Amino acid sequence: MKMNGAQMVCEALIAEDVKTVFGYPGGAIMNVYDAIYKQDGFEHILNRHEQASVHAADGYARANGEVGVAMVTSGPGFTNAVTGLATAYMDSIPMVVISGQVPQSLLGTDGFQEIDAVGISRPCTKHNYLVRDIADLPRILKEAFHIARTGRPGPVLVDIPKDITAEEGEFIYPKSVNLPSYLKVPQAKQEDVDAAVEAILAAKKPLLYLGGGAVLSNASERIRKLAALGQLPTVETLMALGVMGAKNPLRLGMLGMHGNYASNMAMSETDLIISLGARFDDRVTGKLSEFAKYAKVIHVDIDPANIGKLVHVQYPIIGDVNDVVDMLIRGLKGKIKPSQYADWREVLARYDALYPQSFEDSDEVIKPQWVIERLGELVGEKAIITSDVGQHQMWAAQHFPFDRPRQWINSGGLGTMGFGLPAALGAKKAFPDKTVINITGDGSILMNVQELVTASEYKIPVINVILNNHFLGMVRQWQTFFYEGRYAETDLSFQPNFKALAEACHGIGYNVSTKEEFDLALKDAIEQDKVAFINIQVARFEDVLPMVPANGALNNMMLPKISNPDKGAK
Amino acid sequence: MNEVRRVISIVVENESSVLSRVAGLFAGRGYNIETLTVAPIPSTQRSRITIATRGDERTIIQITKQLNKLIPVYEVVEHSEMVEKEMVLVKFPLSESLADIEVLCEAYNGTIVNVGVDMCIGMVADEPCRIEHFIEATTRFNPIETVRGGVVAIER
Repeated sequence: MKMNGAQMVCEALIAEDVKTVFGYPGGAIMNVYDAIYKQDGFEHILNRHEQASVHAADGYARANGEVGVAMVTSGPGFTNAVTGLATAYMDSIPMVVISGQVPQSLLGTDGFQEIDAVGISRPCTKHNYLVRDIADLPRILKEAFHIARTGRPGPVLVDIPKDITAEEGEFIYPKSVNLPSYLKVPQAKQEDVDAAVEAILAAKKPLLYLGGGAVLSNASERIRKLAALGQLPTVETLMALGVMGAKNPLRLGMLGMHGNYASNMAMSETDLIISLGARFDDRVTGKLSEFAKYAKVIHVDIDPANIGKLVHVQYPIIGDVNDVVDMLIRGLKGKIKPSQYADWREVLARYDALYPQSFEDSDEVIKPQWVIERLGELVGEKAIITSDVGQHQMWAAQHFPFDRPRQWINSGGLGTMGFGLPAALGAKKAFPDKTVINITGDGSILMNVQELVTASEYKIPVINVILNNHFLGMVRQWQTFFYEGRYAETDLSFQPNFKALAEACHGIGYNVSTKEEFDLALKDAIEQDKVAFINIQVARFEDVLPMVPANGALNNMMLPKISNPDKGAK
Repeated sequence: MNEVRRVISIVVENESSVLSRVAGLFAGRGYNIETLTVAPIPSTQRSRITIATRGDERTIIQITKQLNKLIPVYEVVEHSEMVEKEMVLVKFPLSESLADIEVLCEAYNGTIVNVGVDMCIGMVADEPCRIEHFIEATTRFNPIETVRGGVVAIER
């Protein structure tokens, strides 16, 4: 069928079953917007900044596992999108971003709103394309979706010059891709799995170590089965929260820089790490030479480049986590005895009793951790939680009872402030019936605050819980610990009126300074059909603990003051 | 860890941005490029990029793994048993003895490829260490310019 490039873009999105596109128009992408105006196959959400469009597409993809789609114009439209691409790239999120480009006649001339999008985005996309011929456009769009969602997922950029979107061509959307140089999803080798099974049976102190790959491969159900089969103690990275479920007795908690005592001690003392879709990030390992010194490593990953990148691996298994876990279960069934690691579990239970995930509550001031725990009690498994980056993110990770994968949406690898609100919009579009709450700070929320307008216009009622300590809290914490309390540019006492700000954008705002007020505000916000700010004055100098100082040994933690020495001594 | 030298051949789709993807990967991840040579593979749509690099064993493994992840990369070969050649062109002033220069080039399996009014050009293609020695030996003939090419290699 004959049509122009702009219509081809729309037809391809419809063929890929895209329901929602997040974007912002501009000169070089106008042809495509004209085609969007004439179609009714998908909805377009007009964010108020291109970065937010990409984060919203990202949040959508993280919530439902499908490919998120964003659309931006050339030049500044594209450069604004780069942080969003990098955020998705670091966390392996499937996404297709379509950007306009100046007409080919102007390419390379420093034309108005021209920038080398393919050059800039090369290190922060899984792949990218500059379309040079209308005849290639259907194939490139098909490949972009295929590459984004297969193997180790990631964002793909398609940069389309304006003359291409205007030009007419024959549109036949390919049914399959022909990419002989693209690595197929590797099938795990049975002998690799057999070796891992033997290692697990021989281990005295095995530890399941779960990463974001466990979420991406939808392996939660099988991983819970595997853990139950051998009664295997389990730790999760920031990206894996929800895979085991907070109530699961085999789950020790989150490990790493702000992991809990038992999790970090387990990693330090284990003799066999069973890594499922994790990548031994520096925020997890601490000082590498001190990391898991007594352990052999089974490393299951879909990306061979992750294996052996940072730690020596004795049992590499290249493959999809969900498939490999099934093979492990079949190999272990009938051989593994739930009782065989009882001593190890007892040691870990004592560690957990000695320093449980805890904080000292107060009657005078609201502790941020209290807010998270209360939120967990009030909305629990019903809600989807997004977050920005900083102290509030770590408190959410430590204290919220995540019950299922994809319930927790945050920027782990890149650590992007300003992610939470637009990502919440994306998650809410994916699951309109679920309560979506963005846990944020007084620093982060201002980094994409314009999205209040988007939320109001499109009636996407997400709730922003602002843990307001009048500080850029995490940096302040490091200044306290490592810079002798010199609070260089972290005091955020000069603030907007958050309640009025939400109201100015047609949302609703609450100022909270007591626990009772929080309960009432949350209840009201859930009932209102409006985007909300719940601005909570929390303890100013509260620190995120435990903490492993950067590049310190994982078992050398700064711990909260309170503990239960009596319980631990038994 | 001990640094080792490796020659890596990368077979890629012959398309416009592929060299920047490969070179950018080396730059972005802090890998070292000693030499880089690229040319189309005859009667195919593919090109061969040959890179000589240096790094510890773990880095070399990472390089090949990361290269394999690039979408337009078909094949990555880390050479072990190979024939490896490099080329150099040297321009000499004719105030030096043409006969001596010719003898030197021939000693390195090379030849004089061009003689002008006031200069001549010698060419040598040989293994990289022999090229080093040749360049060192040319210094006594006051070379005007030395242009060295990158490594090409073929597995034995």
